[in-house]
Amino acid sequence: MSAMVAATDDVAAFLARRARWSPLEIAFWVFAFATIWLFPGKHLILTETAILALFALSLDLILGYAGIISLGQAAFFGLAGYFSGLVAKYGIIDEPVIALLLSGLVAAALGFVTSFLVLRGSDLTRLMVTLGVALMLGELANRYSNLTGGADGLQGVIVGPIFGMFRFDMFGHTGYVYCLVVLFICFLIARRIVYSPFGLSLRSLKGNPLRASAIGIPVNRRLVAVYTASAGIAGIAGALLTQTTAFCSLDVFSLERSADLLLVLIIGGTGYLYGGLIGAVIYKFLQDWLASLTPQYWQFWIGLVLVVIVLVGRERVNGWVAAVRGSISRRGGRFVRRPAALGGAAPDGK
Amino acid sequence: MLTILFDGVAYGMLLFVLACGLSVTLGLMNFINLAHGAFAMAGGYCTVILVNRMGVPFALGLPIAFLVTAALGGLLERTLYVHVYGRSHLDQVLFTIGLVFMSVAAVDYVMGSSQQFVLIPEALQGQFIVFGIGMSKYRLLIILICGLLTVALQLIIAKTRFGSRLRAAVDDQRVARGLGINVGAVFAVTFAFGSGLAGLGGALGAEILGLDPTFPLKYLIYFLIVVTVGGTSSITGPFLASILLGVADVAGKYYAPKLGAFVIYTIMIVVLIWRPQGLFARSAAR
Repeated sequence: MSAMVAATDDVAAFLARRARWSPLEIAFWVFAFATIWLFPGKHLILTETAILALFALSLDLILGYAGIISLGQAAFFGLAGYFSGLVAKYGIIDEPVIALLLSGLVAAALGFVTSFLVLRGSDLTRLMVTLGVALMLGELANRYSNLTGGADGLQGVIVGPIFGMFRFDMFGHTGYVYCLVVLFICFLIARRIVYSPFGLSLRSLKGNPLRASAIGIPVNRRLVAVYTASAGIAGIAGALLTQTTAFCSLDVFSLERSADLLLVLIIGGTGYLYGGLIGAVIYKFLQDWLASLTPQYWQFWIGLVLVVIVLVGRERVNGWVAAVRGSISRRGGRFVRRPAALGGAAPDGK
Repeated sequence: MLTILFDGVAYGMLLFVLACGLSVTLGLMNFINLAHGAFAMAGGYCTVILVNRMGVPFALGLPIAFLVTAALGGLLERTLYVHVYGRSHLDQVLFTIGLVFMSVAAVDYVMGSSQQFVLIPEALQGQFIVFGIGMSKYRLLIILICGLLTVALQLIIAKTRFGSRLRAAVDDQRVARGLGINVGAVFAVTFAFGSGLAGLGGALGAEILGLDPTFPLKYLIYFLIVVTVGGTSSITGPFLASILLGVADVAGKYYAPKLGAFVIYTIMIVVLIWRPQGLFARSAAR
């Protein structure tokens, strides 16, 4: 009995230790908010980056922590995007924050319903089902063009001022601050989820579902829960995109969007929350730079990056990131620290 | 009604030839190759260049398209794919999606983004009228070629020595290796052959499916449906699945054009929930 109490205390201490904010994390967020004043001319691309980071964060929750490969995260992104656009267009809800929360809930509801499809089958079946859901929604949006605008996209979206006070301006200043704040809040929620006992149980079932269920973790319920949460966050990202651009088009559902998202996460590294954020920053700047070099064919180079990353080995790429992290935080023993710093970045599956 | 069935069967046959290589690679090495459509596209463009620009006869263009894509597939298999077999599914998905992106942009760069058409000889245009059913000659040719290929494939897999090695490797790789079967070589040959078939399918299908740089992305989902619904353990599964898909797609477009591909995706999801291992999969544990 006392051994058990000691064990629970150990776990609690372990979790608390892991959940402590490191100086590097604080510096990251201070810098992120400093960009509001540092780069006022770059707010439009920074807004896109923040949205992409949030979207990648949602995928990291299910891919990096629960080990579900999904090619259909765009389903939630797009659904919430259209939802918030329609709500704003027809003046049902004028206040963007409430619309944002509602869009997140709608996406989470879809996530909850579809999560039962993801529980079954192998990786390939999961890929197909998630992709199929996204494509189905895209097809529906295309068919009901009188509501969604079809291939022309949803136009005439007028987003009201935030809290009735802050109006969206042309240069995207308000939009950027708004996105950054939402990103930070969602990040805090994700961080809370990941460092909770719940998050720890997710990792264990990613490692080995059979053993996880043997020690009493309800595998399916955990997966449903995390999938729903992730869908909600993806939905918030989608709604942010519609609100900041006042536009929503069919490509929110496309395969490319989900595939790009995987790339973002791979660049940054899966299984630690900053992976999505760092990946989004690198990806956006890479894309911006490549698009200015070869406007039409930047996709080629993106593809090349993917192929090279896989051939070199994701672990090694993440290892470099970890090494840089280690040397920055100057706590010594950088290579020893690597597994602890990254946790889930170890090769997943066999 | 029968015309729809006919068109659907032709379409399904085409899908089968396009996708059967994928089903074998998936079943054999448990490798998710999302770039399979890129090989089909390569075959299609190869035929376009040969027939339209260089004036090679259509009947000669098809086998050349097969050989070129098979060579391309074999080359890529030996140089790139071979490093990715042992990796996780996530790595495989990323790797092959990367290849798709590269092929799309590269073809766009070389050939332009407009849709391409293969010049079909006049003898193959027009249609027969049999018992009051209009049958396009070209589609009849597709059914003929694809039907013959299917029979040949079935014979190769069931009767030849190579076929039995392949089946052994699919069933249990490690034991097959232990018996002295060079699984790597078997796989390389199969991969090249499957790519070649995809190329041939792409060449034949350029007329029906349309050919532009986004081809691998557009038809990726169809190939995957064939493979997941049909299962990966035999070639009859994917064959029946592709015929089913072809007929359902053509009929769906004809009777309910408003719904579009929605029907197909719904069917796929329902099937996958009902039988996650595919409709025609053996019950053997995998």
